[in-house]
Amino acid sequence: MTDQTSSTSVTASRTRARGASTGFLGLGRRDAALFGVVIVMVVFAPIILNPFPVNSAMAQFNAGFPQLMQQFLIFGIFAIGFNILFGLTGYLSFGHAAFLGIGSYAGVWMFKLLGMNVLYAVTAATAIAGIFAVLIGYISLRRSGIYFSILTLAFAQMCYALALSVLSPITNGETMLQVTHNDPRVLGSAVGPDGGLPVPTLFGLEMRSTYTMDAGPWSFDFNLGYYFCGVFMILAFYLAIRIFRSPFGMMLRAVKSNQQRMRYTGLNPRPYTLAAFVISGMFAGFAGGLLVSMDPIAGTERMLWTRSGEVVLMTILGGTGTLIGPVLGAGFIKYLESILSKINSGILHSWFGFLPDGLEDFIVAIIYPFVGKGWHLTLGILFMLVVIFLPGGLVEGGTRIGRLFRRRKATDTSDTPAE
Amino acid sequence: MGILEVKGVNKRFGGLQALGDVNLSVQDQSCHAIIGPNGAGKSTLLNCLVGKLIPDSGSVMFDGQSVLGRAPHEINQMGISRVFQTPEIFADLTVLENVMIPCFAKRDGAFRMHAIESVGGEVELREKAEEMLREVRMLDKRHEHAGSLSRGDKRRLEMAMCLVQEPRLLLLDEPTAGMSRADTNSTIDLLKEIRDTRNITMCIIEHDMHVVFSLAQRITVLAQGTPLVEESPENIKGHPKVREAYLGEAQV
Repeated sequence: MTDQTSSTSVTASRTRARGASTGFLGLGRRDAALFGVVIVMVVFAPIILNPFPVNSAMAQFNAGFPQLMQQFLIFGIFAIGFNILFGLTGYLSFGHAAFLGIGSYAGVWMFKLLGMNVLYAVTAATAIAGIFAVLIGYISLRRSGIYFSILTLAFAQMCYALALSVLSPITNGETMLQVTHNDPRVLGSAVGPDGGLPVPTLFGLEMRSTYTMDAGPWSFDFNLGYYFCGVFMILAFYLAIRIFRSPFGMMLRAVKSNQQRMRYTGLNPRPYTLAAFVISGMFAGFAGGLLVSMDPIAGTERMLWTRSGEVVLMTILGGTGTLIGPVLGAGFIKYLESILSKINSGILHSWFGFLPDGLEDFIVAIIYPFVGKGWHLTLGILFMLVVIFLPGGLVEGGTRIGRLFRRRKATDTSDTPAE
Repeated sequence: MGILEVKGVNKRFGGLQALGDVNLSVQDQSCHAIIGPNGAGKSTLLNCLVGKLIPDSGSVMFDGQSVLGRAPHEINQMGISRVFQTPEIFADLTVLENVMIPCFAKRDGAFRMHAIESVGGEVELREKAEEMLREVRMLDKRHEHAGSLSRGDKRRLEMAMCLVQEPRLLLLDEPTAGMSRADTNSTIDLLKEIRDTRNITMCIIEHDMHVVFSLAQRITVLAQGTPLVEESPENIKGHPKVREAYLGEAQV
C-alpha cells in the first residue's frame, strides 16, 4: 500500500484519520486531539493570555481581559461559520455582517420584550438570522463566483441602509438599540437589582461578573460571560468538525471542485450550497446574539461591509478550509486591533526614550502610522505577506514549522521513516 | 423498442440547423457508436440526451420515460451516466472520495442533509468504491489527489465514478480524445471489459475509427444534423453514403 504518498500540499482539513477509527465523541484521533487542545485553550485562556505581571512595561501586551477574550470567541464562532460556506464550497460571501447585525438586533429585542436571560437572545438571534439567510441565500446562490459575492454584498448594504433609515423604529437608527427602563420585559423586571438598567444574565447569573485571582504580581480575570461564550465556541467547533468529516461536508467540497460533474453524478448542488449558506448565516446570527449578550447594545455599523470584509480576512489569514484557521485568524486580528490601536505617540516616546532625541523622533515618526488609529496599515501589510508567502494562512505556517522540526528529528534518528 | 428512443429531434441555433429530424434507437445492452464529421451535431445530440440542451421538437425516451425538461441530475438518477470529452472529476478530492460521491448519490438521491454522520463510518460504501477502483486497477492510488493523476488515469477514474452507480446507459463523448496511443488502447480494453462483463448499454461518440470498430456493435453515421445510415460495423466500412460524408476527412 502506498498510503503515505499523498502528503504534498495537503491542508489540515484533508488529512483525515485513515480508517474508520471513531474515538472520542465520534471524532477521528487527530480531530479529537485538536478538539482537546481547543477545549484546554478556551478553559485556560484567562491565564495563558496574561503572561506579563500587571505592573510590568509589557502588561499592555496582555490579552487576558474579559472584553477582548469574549471577542476572540465570538468572532471565532463567526469565522467558523463563515468557513463552512467559504472554505468548503468556495462561495465567497461579502455580506455576512448582515447576519451578525440581524442577530444583534434580534438579541436586544429579546432583552426588551422577554427578559434579560441570554438564552432568549441567542436563540432568537440564530433563528431570525437563519430565516434571513434562507431568503438572501436563495436569491444570491442563483449566481456563482464574483456575481454571488456582489449579490451578498448588495443585500448586506441594503440591510445596513434599511436599518439606518426606514427600519429605524426597529433598529433605533444611528442612536443604537439598547435596553431601557420602559421596555415591557414580560418575563423579567424593568430595573436591575441595583436600581439601574438590568444586565444580561443566565438564570440570574450576571454575564459581567468576574472573579479576579491575584497570584503574586500576576492577575487573572475569570469572567462568566467569557465562559458562556467559551462553551458555545467549543460546541460550534465540534459541530464544524462533524460537518467537515460528514458526507454533507464532502458534497460541499465537491461543489467547490466541480459542479458540472456533480450534476452529472445525480446530485443537485443548489440545496447543498443553500444549506451551507444558512448554516453559516446562523453561526453569524448566533455570534451577533452573543455580542449583545456581553454588551446589550446594537448599532448599524455592525452590518457595514467592512465588517463583512473582516470575517473574510480572518478566514483567509488563519487558513481557509482548515478547522482551526478561522479561529486563529479571528484571534489574531482582534488582538492586533486591540493592542496596536492602544499604542499612541506617548507610549512610543517612552519606548525609544533611550535613543538620542533626533533619532527617537525619527523612529517614532516612522512607526507612528502603523499603530494607534493606523493599525489597519499593519493589518494590511501582514495580510499581504500571508497571502503571498503563506497562501494556506497561519495554519500552513504552523504545518511548515512542524514539518521542519519533524524532518530535523527524522535526520537525527536516521532510519525511522517520516509518517 | 430500444432502451433509448430518439424520435424526430430538431435543434436550431439561430440560423444553424444543428439537428434535423434525428431518429435513433439504441438497443438494450449493446454498444452503439455515433460517428460523423466535425459539426455533424454529435455533441448537440448527446447534450439533448443528458438535459444540457432541450430540443426544439421531438421526443427522447429512456426506458419508456421522457427525459426532456428534466435537469441533468434527475436524468442521472434515472440511470444515465456520462463520460466527458475532457475527464470531469473532483480534482481537489482524493481518488477514493471521487468514487464515494457517486455511491452517496446513488444511495441517498440528489440531496440529503447528512451533516452529522461521518464519512469514515460508511464502511459499506467505501468497500463498494474500493471494489470499483480495484476493477479499474487504481486501488493503490486511492489516497492520491485526483487532480494529480495522469490523463489516462483521470479517464479511468471518471469511468469508475460512472460505473459504480451501475447505470443502465453509459454515454461516452470522445473518450479517447487527446490521448496517446497507449492510453487509447488501455481505454479500449477497459471499455471492452465493461461491455462484455456488465449489463450495460453504451452509446459512444467518437472520431477515432480504431476505437469505433473495436467496440461498436451498431453504428449510426450523422452528417449535417441528420442520420445517414444505421448499420453494423462490417456494412459501414464500404457504405457509399458514408464515403460521401467523410470524403477527404478520413479513410473509412
